[in-house]
Amino acid sequence: MTAGFLIASAFLASAVEFVEALTIVLAAGITRDWRSSLTGLGAATIVLAAIVAALGPALTLIPIDVLRIIVGGLLLAFGLQWLRKAILRASGFKALHDEAEIFAREQAEARAAGQEERAGLDWYAFTLSFKGVLLEGLEVAFIVITFGSAQGRIDLAALGAGIALVLVAVVGVVVRGPLTRVPENSLKFAVGVMLTTFGIFWSTEGAGAHWPGDNASLPGVLAFVVLIAFGAVALLKRQRVALA
Amino acid sequence: MRRIRAFGHFWWDFIVGDDWRAAAGVVIAIGVTALLVEAGVDAWWLMPVAVGAVLWLSLRRAAAVSR
Repeated sequence: MTAGFLIASAFLASAVEFVEALTIVLAAGITRDWRSSLTGLGAATIVLAAIVAALGPALTLIPIDVLRIIVGGLLLAFGLQWLRKAILRASGFKALHDEAEIFAREQAEARAAGQEERAGLDWYAFTLSFKGVLLEGLEVAFIVITFGSAQGRIDLAALGAGIALVLVAVVGVVVRGPLTRVPENSLKFAVGVMLTTFGIFWSTEGAGAHWPGDNASLPGVLAFVVLIAFGAVALLKRQRVALA
Repeated sequence: MRRIRAFGHFWWDFIVGDDWRAAAGVVIAIGVTALLVEAGVDAWWLMPVAVGAVLWLSLRRAAAVSR
């Protein structure tokens, strides 16, 4: 149960980030230069792999309770950001995330940027792709390392992220455009719920408290977070209607 | 110096985001849970309640700003 939950959480969170990274790589490649965009993608992937390779084993040296309290706290702070934005979007207080609009904006900016060649590359396309993949990938690395290390199964978290990477890359090559049909707003809501659930679970354990039924209580925590998230959406929607 | 500040700003923005009060609420809730455990209370129920409260307060602030 926990293993499946772990893989599914890492998969969903990573898929959302990879879709966003794909949009940036495509915008840089289509508008400017494919070779420079793909070189940026490759360079960012190497930096990310080095970060995961360095931090992953280092975290295994920290005692599990200390690790869980740190990871739980970080995941909660991080997850609450996702959940908060997702609830504000779902209740109409924040504009929905629109991949097509972001793609069009990135393309317009890429066209307007001047030409500068360095190391035989279109520097704008390279840096746009590199920064985009690095920033989105850092979130994936953060999730894989925190989820995996707190559960002692970095391999499972990496598996979830790897499946997402292959899936998004394959669909991206087939579609040759931004993945606008991916229900990103719903996915971000689900990821916010999962990050918050794991954050609550691990920070409580790290603080020394014991869940009734240990790991079996995880679905209960998930149900609680889903309930408060949908409850908050309903309350905020009602507030919006009352204000209109 | 500017690079160190930019590096710190990036990580602050990455983890804490635009509502530092929510992150502070999480840290306080974890601390109180640990103190209750030290005092012999198995306070597993505290984090879910605290997170619900922190989230709702953060949402209310964000909704008030966007009006």
